[in-house]
Amino acid sequence: MSATTDDATSAWRAGRFGRWRRRFGLAAFGAVIVLLWIVIAILAPVISPYPFEAVDVTKRLLPPSQLHWLGTDALGRDVLSRLLWGSRISLFAGIVVVAIGAVLGVIIGGVAAYAGGKAEELMMRATDLVLCFPPIILAMAIAAALGIGVRNTMIAMLIVWWPKFARLARSLVLVQRSQEYVEAAVVMGYGPGRILFRHIVPNAVGPLVVLVTLDVGQAIITFAGLSFLGLGVIPPMPEWGAMVSEGRELVDQWWVATFPGLAILSVVVGFNFLGDGIRDWLDPKSRRQ
Amino acid sequence: MNETAPLLEVRNLRTEFLTDAGPVRAVEGVSFEMKAGETVGIVGESGSGKSVTALSILRLLADNARLGEGSRIAFRGQDLATLDEDEIRKLRGGEIAMIFQDPLTSLNPVLRISKQLVEGMLAHGKQSQAEALKHGIDLLARMGINAPERAVAGYPHEFSGGMRQRVMLAMGFANNPSLLIADEPTTALDVTIQAQILDLLKTLNREFGTAVLLISHDLGVIANVCERVLVMYAGEVVEEGPAESLLADPRHPYTWALLNAVPRLDQEPPADKRLTAIEGMPPDPSQPPSGCRFRPRCPFAVEKCGEHPHLLPVEDGRRARCWVTQAGESLLKPAAPATAAATAPESGQPILSLRNVVKHYPLRRDAFFAPRRVVHAVDGVDLDIRRGETIGLVGESGSGKSTIARLITRIQKPTSGSIRFGDVDLATADRRVLRPLRRRIQMIFQDPYASLNPRMTVGQILSEPLRFHRLVRSQAEANRRVGELLDMVGLPTRAAERYPHEFSGGQRQRIGTARALAVEPELIIADEPISALDVNIRAQIINLFVGLQQRLGLTFLFIAHDLAVVRQVSDRIVVLYLGKVMEVAAARDLFAEPLHPYTKSLISAAPIPDVAVERQRERIRLTGEPPSPVAPPSGCRFRTRCPIAQGICAEIEPPLTEHRPGHRAACHFSGQM
Repeated sequence: MSATTDDATSAWRAGRFGRWRRRFGLAAFGAVIVLLWIVIAILAPVISPYPFEAVDVTKRLLPPSQLHWLGTDALGRDVLSRLLWGSRISLFAGIVVVAIGAVLGVIIGGVAAYAGGKAEELMMRATDLVLCFPPIILAMAIAAALGIGVRNTMIAMLIVWWPKFARLARSLVLVQRSQEYVEAAVVMGYGPGRILFRHIVPNAVGPLVVLVTLDVGQAIITFAGLSFLGLGVIPPMPEWGAMVSEGRELVDQWWVATFPGLAILSVVVGFNFLGDGIRDWLDPKSRRQ
Repeated sequence: MNETAPLLEVRNLRTEFLTDAGPVRAVEGVSFEMKAGETVGIVGESGSGKSVTALSILRLLADNARLGEGSRIAFRGQDLATLDEDEIRKLRGGEIAMIFQDPLTSLNPVLRISKQLVEGMLAHGKQSQAEALKHGIDLLARMGINAPERAVAGYPHEFSGGMRQRVMLAMGFANNPSLLIADEPTTALDVTIQAQILDLLKTLNREFGTAVLLISHDLGVIANVCERVLVMYAGEVVEEGPAESLLADPRHPYTWALLNAVPRLDQEPPADKRLTAIEGMPPDPSQPPSGCRFRPRCPFAVEKCGEHPHLLPVEDGRRARCWVTQAGESLLKPAAPATAAATAPESGQPILSLRNVVKHYPLRRDAFFAPRRVVHAVDGVDLDIRRGETIGLVGESGSGKSTIARLITRIQKPTSGSIRFGDVDLATADRRVLRPLRRRIQMIFQDPYASLNPRMTVGQILSEPLRFHRLVRSQAEANRRVGELLDMVGLPTRAAERYPHEFSGGQRQRIGTARALAVEPELIIADEPISALDVNIRAQIINLFVGLQQRLGLTFLFIAHDLAVVRQVSDRIVVLYLGKVMEVAAARDLFAEPLHPYTKSLISAAPIPDVAVERQRERIRLTGEPPSPVAPPSGCRFRTRCPIAQGICAEIEPPLTEHRPGHRAACHFSGQM
């Protein structure tokens, strides 16, 4: 209590400053990871040392070496090349599914919350209906019905993906709806569309952005799962999830599953950091002058 | 301990908060003492350091707070500033009790009252469970809770705000404290409940001999309870003295300003309806001004004020931190302007007419086959608003005053009745009909923090309605108009580029006012527009409203729970109780001769910041709490609390009858109290 105030003050300030820098640094770090992967996805054909489908059974399951930096898989294919090529589908599928799912969910949940009454009941019960099924099983069933392929699998995922955004968007919009600035907008005569999308949604978007970024990783993993079951990509097209699945039982040949796993991890972490940063940046209160 | 030693002696208390922007001194060298059984008040605006002072005594401060070197808080000779955590915990809730502003959040919602009541006694370990419970029940009865044996089995949500504050007091007194610190204990309560709690505080002080340190922004509350007052400004005590002489003859310009910024119920408001407000805001605590901290706002400042004044004696037992009053003279009273000569035009055409307006909110059924219960928020209200006048709508919480605002602005649709505006019935109009009318009726909201969209700049907030209603043709024209609007409400043009959170509460209320004015309305509904603001800022905002009304010829519906404020600004006043009109009259008549017992009790319950006046006032104390609007009493709604109720009141509902021209009251025994 009576410790020298100046020491305590400077320690406190250093702590706060450090925390601010760490957070800011983390967002930048996340952005760098995500950007790096996007660049890799674009440049995959140029930077891959081998064609991703080049099978060579004489070189199967080689550990990482000078020739094959990340080793080879059970069919003798270069893990590094497949990893680089795989980023194309994994990133694309993850980002697109989550982005479209979030937009759909916000529209459905937002409209439901703002409209209230019967419309809300109807929309939210539809949401619950989808949420009733285990997502992977439902997606599997839909994907199987639609047929194999990246596009069909993404459609299947979208169908199971929007409800969680709808639920979150609804609760966020409900909180904002009772705020006085919304009443002020009603008194001004603004229509429901303008009030919902111009006034309420921008104020509700913070937690949604966080869920979106957390979810990209989840979507990549789910897509990977569907690929493993033979629904996502058509072999020999590489995809991270499928690659992890292939290396699942190869305990001694750890490199087959570990590197695609690390790739997924890095993307997920990158998006999380980026999401925190975006949330802060979106909030005018923490935006720096 | 000898007899004359003070109970509490605070010396040179300095509390600072370590923040991103560097250390902020919230309290700067506060010294005072309290004798056993004394009642002392600390007054000041938010940010003055009054609550931090109270929290510092019990060391209930946030982690980033530090007590400065040399701070001494002696309680019965023991220095609390250096006491270790264990020992100070023994004092908290034991010798020193504390109650807070919000009795809702200071009780744990998931524990029964009995559990919370005995917890403190058991923690201080002098009684067994059974003894503690018995003592607790006795205390609840002392605090005026009916059927305390049943009450202890309840949960906090089953109690009203006033009841919860009684429970908090019972908990505070459980271990016979010698000092009670009450931080704005009645700020969240209605005025009739506030009067009950203040009476209770006085009784407890008298009967238990407990010293009370009362923190409040309301000079009336302080005048009602305290013997001695400290006035704080920008972390310093600026004036100290006996309540009576300090309030009657302030010797610091800040005290003077506080006293003059509040309209008083015992004085007729001036004809121009303006209050004596001082300019500006308290200084940023991280950069206090040099010299006297009040100098930038002080109407009396002289050259010497560049030097920091000390708290020096100005009279027997009184000290002030001011160079101007050092010689011992009083501060000038502001020139008393002529009192209201004429009231607003009586004959004006009504701009808005409410007839038998009803709003019922159905509640969720308790069970599938249970009958649906209904909240009777507004239950048959008639009201005419004439062009160019200001109507004041007063009532306690649950009276339906905010609901009426929401019905007129059609944020909500009335259950039945008509609201005529021109030749349109707003009660039944659909969106298409309403849209062009929206521009003509605007609203100013209560909460300056929630009523502005935090994601839009002030410029966007003000230009959106202009563009939406096609009042401007280009963005350039909109920007020019935004500049004009900001100027009209007394904000600089550059405010347009900033976000709401960069402004103080008073400034935000100005922005909200500018937004309402943007569409050039005829009628403005102001729903408790100043209740979230500090005393001085209130006066500034009231003056702004009054000025705007005179300049623009606006019609105002002014909703507030504070009678004195309503009287200051209104031409006519409507008193509501449980969704019904009790009395309507010209402001002057209503106060000169209130007819309804409820109006009388409201006036009587509002404290006046003058000890001599307070002492002489005859009091009508309402007992109990307002009944639930789910099951309003039969007949007259006020009968359950009415001091003159008789048999007929329960059977026949009194109609709102005219007793004098323009003065109507709904009571079987109007004017007989």
